[in-house]
Amino acid sequence: MLLSVENLQVSYGKIKALHGIGFQIGDGETVCIIGANGAGKSTALRAVSRMIPAEPGSKMTFMGKDMLRYSPDKVVSELGISHVPEGRRLFGNLTVMENLRLATFARKDRDKIEKDITRVFSIFPRLEERREQKSGTLSGGEQQMLAIGRAFMSGRRLMLLDEPSMGLAPLLMMNVFDALREINREGTTILLVEQNARLALQFAQRGYVLENGVLVLEGPSKSLLENPEVRNAYLGG
Amino acid sequence: MTFFFQNVINALQWGSFYAMIALGYSMVYSILMLFNFAHGDIFMVGAYIGVGVATVLVTLTSSGAIVLPGWLILVLTILISMFLTSFVGMFVERVGYRPLRDAPRASAAITGLMIGIILETGNLAIMGATRVKFPPIIESVTYNIGGVFVTNKKIMIVVISLMFMFALHQFVQRTKWGMAMRAMSFDYVAVPLMGVPMNTIAAMTFAIGSALASVAGILFGIAYPVLDPYMGIVFGWKAFVAAILGGRGSILGATLAGFLLGFIEIFVAMVFPSTLRDLIAYSIILLILVFRPHGFFGEPYSAQLRL
Repeated sequence: MLLSVENLQVSYGKIKALHGIGFQIGDGETVCIIGANGAGKSTALRAVSRMIPAEPGSKMTFMGKDMLRYSPDKVVSELGISHVPEGRRLFGNLTVMENLRLATFARKDRDKIEKDITRVFSIFPRLEERREQKSGTLSGGEQQMLAIGRAFMSGRRLMLLDEPSMGLAPLLMMNVFDALREINREGTTILLVEQNARLALQFAQRGYVLENGVLVLEGPSKSLLENPEVRNAYLGG
Repeated sequence: MTFFFQNVINALQWGSFYAMIALGYSMVYSILMLFNFAHGDIFMVGAYIGVGVATVLVTLTSSGAIVLPGWLILVLTILISMFLTSFVGMFVERVGYRPLRDAPRASAAITGLMIGIILETGNLAIMGATRVKFPPIIESVTYNIGGVFVTNKKIMIVVISLMFMFALHQFVQRTKWGMAMRAMSFDYVAVPLMGVPMNTIAAMTFAIGSALASVAGILFGIAYPVLDPYMGIVFGWKAFVAAILGGRGSILGATLAGFLLGFIEIFVAMVFPSTLRDLIAYSIILLILVFRPHGFFGEPYSAQLRL
């Protein structure tokens, strides 16, 4: 197992957001967590990238290492886990190129960095055209591309994606998911959370269903797509 | 007319002090959304450290242990004091602010005030109530340029300040650490997701701000050699005003606003009795802020601050 999560509990103040969830992700897999707004999907990703603390009793291991001992920046720079957060959170005052370079802050492999930047530009040629432009001036689709490109630069064992389809026109959405498939084919494991359940299940090999902070269902995407409960609740019947 | 240029020189000198201190305020505010109200006192500590370093170097030279020309003593005093004062800044950040990073901003602000009082009274306890004199490192030379009297010290103060401001600008614009600072000023929550150690950047920002404050302290000590433990208070307030007037986190803004403050103060005193100087000068600045609440280069802040 690449990532193994057991009994993950997270609270915001007195409100419990995750009631001890557990999931596993194997090396090279594409996995999705689907669920309604407020089910705790983003919270789960934030807990994995250590942006918010997990409560005592939670267990997370990544390649056998206890993740709870890593600070958020070390999760990226030492474990190789990147996170495309909700709302993308690009640094709008930096250029496209600077956003990509910042993501390599802790990396020492200079030659590889240049190659990776070239690779990002070959996946998203639009970004190369905009390389000296401030990222705050990009269109929504370009911003999503840059957010993924930035994650590609920062850590590539596991990529966490929070609603990559949000706010994108259907055609752009397909582009983005094609790019993710390509990144996955080159060896990056992908965990994504989506409100757009159909899209997520068509992309990922396996899926989990999160309801009110509890994982209620799991299985291969195919079987979830055919599951009557999932169809009723998340796929519009 | 000569009177006018005379005052321009003086305004540039005072502006240099304000700008150098304002930069530290501005940088810390922009990356941590925190007013480091102890910063004026770090300026004071930097000046005292400068006195200590300069005294040691001057004594060594006069005793013949080492022979250093005056300019080299000045350079060494500045560099060594910057180095030492940066640790004061990092200590303040580590002990005073880091534990409060997620606390309400008001708590962090009063922490700054308390640290300031500790630095002032601590200095008083260690050094005693007698005022400290900055040792004369360079001899004062006065030039008469068309009736305007300029001392070499004034020129040096302005030139050294501008050099450091330029260096800081280059650092922030061209290095990866500077890039991380700029990113943090936009959205500090997302910075760790880039693999950037936020605490390192925060400590570094305090170190740089404090080092610049110590340069200001030394330059001030060269121009006005008598130091006292409370000298940082009024300077701190005024530099804080300059930082706000310059606009959130803008290096250019803080620099220009620092000089503007110097100019307003000196020219108000040129026209009105000097007892009215600050009253009038700061009323003018209040008026500017009423019309430009975000300062000169500040942008209305829009990025989300929390996840």
